[in-house]
Formats: sequence, C-alpha cells, structure tokens
Amino acid sequence: MTLLQIAFFLLSTLALASAIMVITRRNAVHSVIWLIVTLFSVGGVFLLLHAEFLFAVQVILYVGGIMVLFLFVVMLVNLDVAAKQAQFNRQWQLALATAIVLMAELAYGIYRGHEGFTLAQASAAPATMGNTQAVALALYQDYMLPVEIASVLLLVAMVGAVVMAKRKLE
Amino acid sequence: MIPTPWYLMLGTALFTIGVIGVLTRRNVIVILMSIELILNAVNVNLVAFSDYFRSVDGQVFAIFVITDAAAEAAIGLALIIALFRNKETVNADEIDLLKW
Repeated sequence: MTLLQIAFFLLSTLALASAIMVITRRNAVHSVIWLIVTLFSVGGVFLLLHAEFLFAVQVILYVGGIMVLFLFVVMLVNLDVAAKQAQFNRQWQLALATAIVLMAELAYGIYRGHEGFTLAQASAAPATMGNTQAVALALYQDYMLPVEIASVLLLVAMVGAVVMAKRKLE
Repeated sequence: MIPTPWYLMLGTALFTIGVIGVLTRRNVIVILMSIELILNAVNVNLVAFSDYFRSVDGQVFAIFVITDAAAEAAIGLALIIALFRNKETVNADEIDLLKW
C-alpha cells in the first residue's frame, strides 16, 4: 500500500465518519462543525486528484462562505425547543432501509464495472500548464456562456434571499 | 496510484449518508446540510472522472455545482428564517399547511 493510498483511506474515513456525525447530532451547531470537517476532507481528496484550484475554492467558498452563512442562521433561529424534541421522523426505519438498498445497488454497479477503468494506469502525460491556468482557460473560453448564466443565477439568488428574509413586503 | 472506482465508492457512501439525512431528520437546517453532503458526493465523482480522463471539464462542472450550492444555501436559509418567523418551528413535519 502506497503513501497516497493511506492518505486516501485516512481522508475518506474522516469524511464518512464526520458525515455520519452531521446527520446524528442533536445540536445544530455541532452538525455545522462536523460538516466543516467533512468539507475539509473532501477538499483533501480533491488534492489527491490533482485539482488544486478546486481545493482552494472548496476551502474559501464552502468552509469560509456557505458554512458561515449556516452558522449565522443557526444563531438567528431559536433551536432550543427543537433540540429537546425527537430528532428523527416517523418513517426513519423505512427511509434508512431504502437508502442502504440504494447504496448497495450503486456499489454493486461500480464493483461490476471496475475492470473497465484501464485508461488512467496507461497514460500519465506530464501537464503542460498548471491546474489553475487550465481551469481558467476552460472556464473563460469553452464555458463562457455557462459562466454568464451562473452569474445571473447568483444575482437572482441574492435578490430572492433578500426578498424572502425581509420582514414585510409593501 | 489510487484506482478511480475507490473514489466512486467514496462518492456513493457520502451520497447515501446525505440521502439518509434528508429522509430521516426533522430539523430543516440539518436537511439543508445533508443536501450539501449530496452535492459534495457529486463533486467527488466529477473530479475523479476529470482526473481519469486527464481533462479539466469535470472540475469546471464541479465549480458550477459549488455555485449552485451557494445559491441554494442562500435561498434555503432565507426560507428557513421566513418560516421560523411565521410558524415558530424548524421541524419539517410540522410545516403541513398545504397538506390535506
């Protein structure tokens, strides 16, 4: 087992364990903290996959932006009552069984097809430019229109969030 | 060298944990966090295939997924604030105004 594989196992174990903590904690603040651990481990997996720019985006945007937003809302909303009530709804056994069946199906499909993955071992072409440069070229040349659409989407989301969180519409 | 199917297995497990969170929890904020888990599982798959095919297209798609996650979190959290102001609850099964 190589060093990279050990790193992968450590990171994925951390990601899965903290993901389970996210969905089982009673206190929502603890859930947010564990979700941050999960996001950092997934960022580490991105590093293993040679996606350095995406790792930076994950840390800055997800951990620094979205998670702070979550923490703000957890502080704004009074969760003391909800923390004392039942945390899982009535159909949780059925939902758990269904989700595990779904995972078994997906895992079986991946296991059956895993011999088809022969490309990656064959060619390890040296990169001619850095990851960030390659992503930037793809974003601003091939994906110009989707980038513009994404910016409009963010604008709509911003306006929508302001409208919905406003106290009264006049 | 880490085989690509390992990453797909990680993505599958993360996705399933997210689905379990969405289907079983009552707290709306935790349900939103589970959706973030699902989106991260999708990103792991996209970046794994991007590395496998030695093309950055998968990473570009992952960036768009993160953009969507940001928009969805902003809208969803604004909805939760509006909901809490009107109904004084964050439990998904108590928000049943439209239920017959």
